[in-house]
Amino acid sequence: MNRPPSRLAYGRWTPFWFLAPAVFALLAIGVYPTLFALATSFRQYNLARVRDGFPFVGFDNYVTVLTDPTFWQTLGRTGFFFLCVMPVEVGLGLVFALLLHQTGLGTMRAIARVSLVIPLATTYAVVGLLGRLIFNRDFGVANAALHVFGIGPVDWLGSPGGAFTAIATMDVWQWTPFCALIFLSGLSMVPVEIEEAAKLETSSKWALLTQVQLPYLWPSLTAMLILRSADVLKLFDSVYTMTRGGPGAATELISIYIQRVGFRIFDMGLASAQALLLLVLTVVLARLYIRFFYREID
Amino acid sequence: MARAPRRLLHGIGLLAVFLFAVFPFYWMVSSSFKTQTQILASPPIWLFHPTLGNYAQVFSDHKVTRAVISSLIVAVCSTGISVLLAAPAAYALARYEFRGKSDLWFWFISNRFISPIVLALPVYIIARNLHILDTHLVLILIYITFILPIVVWIATDYFRSIPKELEEAARLEGASQFDIFWRIYVPLGVPGLAVSAIFGFIFSWNELLYALVLTRRDVQTAPVVATSFMSGYEIPWGKIMATGTVIVLPVTIFALLVSRHMVRGLTMGATK
Repeated sequence: MNRPPSRLAYGRWTPFWFLAPAVFALLAIGVYPTLFALATSFRQYNLARVRDGFPFVGFDNYVTVLTDPTFWQTLGRTGFFFLCVMPVEVGLGLVFALLLHQTGLGTMRAIARVSLVIPLATTYAVVGLLGRLIFNRDFGVANAALHVFGIGPVDWLGSPGGAFTAIATMDVWQWTPFCALIFLSGLSMVPVEIEEAAKLETSSKWALLTQVQLPYLWPSLTAMLILRSADVLKLFDSVYTMTRGGPGAATELISIYIQRVGFRIFDMGLASAQALLLLVLTVVLARLYIRFFYREID
Repeated sequence: MARAPRRLLHGIGLLAVFLFAVFPFYWMVSSSFKTQTQILASPPIWLFHPTLGNYAQVFSDHKVTRAVISSLIVAVCSTGISVLLAAPAAYALARYEFRGKSDLWFWFISNRFISPIVLALPVYIIARNLHILDTHLVLILIYITFILPIVVWIATDYFRSIPKELEEAARLEGASQFDIFWRIYVPLGVPGLAVSAIFGFIFSWNELLYALVLTRRDVQTAPVVATSFMSGYEIPWGKIMATGTVIVLPVTIFALLVSRHMVRGLTMGATK
């Protein structure tokens, strides 16, 4: 033997052996089902009418999706939801982060900071159940709070606008801490000397924020916008448990709509086509994210 | 002179942050100690004699205890398998240069973005054909798709921080590549692997969509069962909130343990 076994282990194939288990696992349980969905999307695949078989129908499902006003409305509603929650989450998140970044009151700051983890960890489905209790028309605490200001009982979950506001509010509760923590880590990137010097120059918090801290916050904001838009496209659990997309279709976001087509109407072919179009959107977002944040690896 | 009011404002602000974060959670926990009449009271009651009745109901309900056990089995298995598969991959990504490395890395990262509904549809059909719907197996397998990338990401980051000199010294001693991974990187990487496992556990424990569509009766997970109480003529609010508390409490504790890593974990390291 002129080639000892250890040579092999140091060779160019070594990384392959370390990577193979993870890669093959993801190929089998992630990529294969995606290809299966692609195949399904070219068929009439209705599980409620199995007797018809699953004939190949070419691009029919895609044509149906792209000409289906409900699909576009749902996508529009999902975008609108994003536009409603995002400014609030970013704004509140920035205020929270500034409060947590401010020197002094160490213990209180530490407690407030740790408490932000609670919304992030709360099971999304339970967030939805909790939303049903908080926004209940008759005994919910939201209406009790409004009552103090003389506003009177709002039928949150029974009216389209109310339900939309309710799911948006729960989303703001759950994800503002995410924005706050990202901003906070952005703020901590500002070199201490620069911040101290700026504080000597000006006592205006606003000037400090816009002229010194803001440049360090742009990456945080970009990360938030991309990740949160992907999250809104994924959003299912909390909205499903809270409203099931109703009343009517008032809170039917894209993932809920596809779930309904696939698992309540059982039109798997059509739902697969919708899901793959969603996947294309998602991949675009993922590429954007990578372009912005992992350049150093290239 | 302006110091005192400013400090006061800061304190009030921090208190507001705390209340914002904790209030809904507090409301759930306090409701879980209320009787149905107390919950249905309008305006809501703030002070009351707590009852353990809801918890007695929850723990004597086989549906709930079975669901919690199911959730536990699925979360532990999917996380364990993910760590086993991902740790070697993370080592390779952290320490080797090879062609296609960045593409592979991006592929792992991209999984963070994919909506579960995209996989839920084909996996439902495949599992139906294989007759593994409503089993722990199908949930464990599908959960690996989103836990594994997280473990890869966190562990790669952690392995990178282990000094290269250790590896070089071991090489001179004639250690094989696998030995280096197993004897140096795994033991030293335990903290990183533990953090990633906790993340995996949290995500798996909290998941609803896959569990909802891929299970029927036998292996419903805790979130699915909690959701199922919502239908029916009279909604048992106290019991639902008690179940919710039972579900949320363990993951909250875990999350507090890894709170320092929360942001990096959720952003796949884009922000430090």
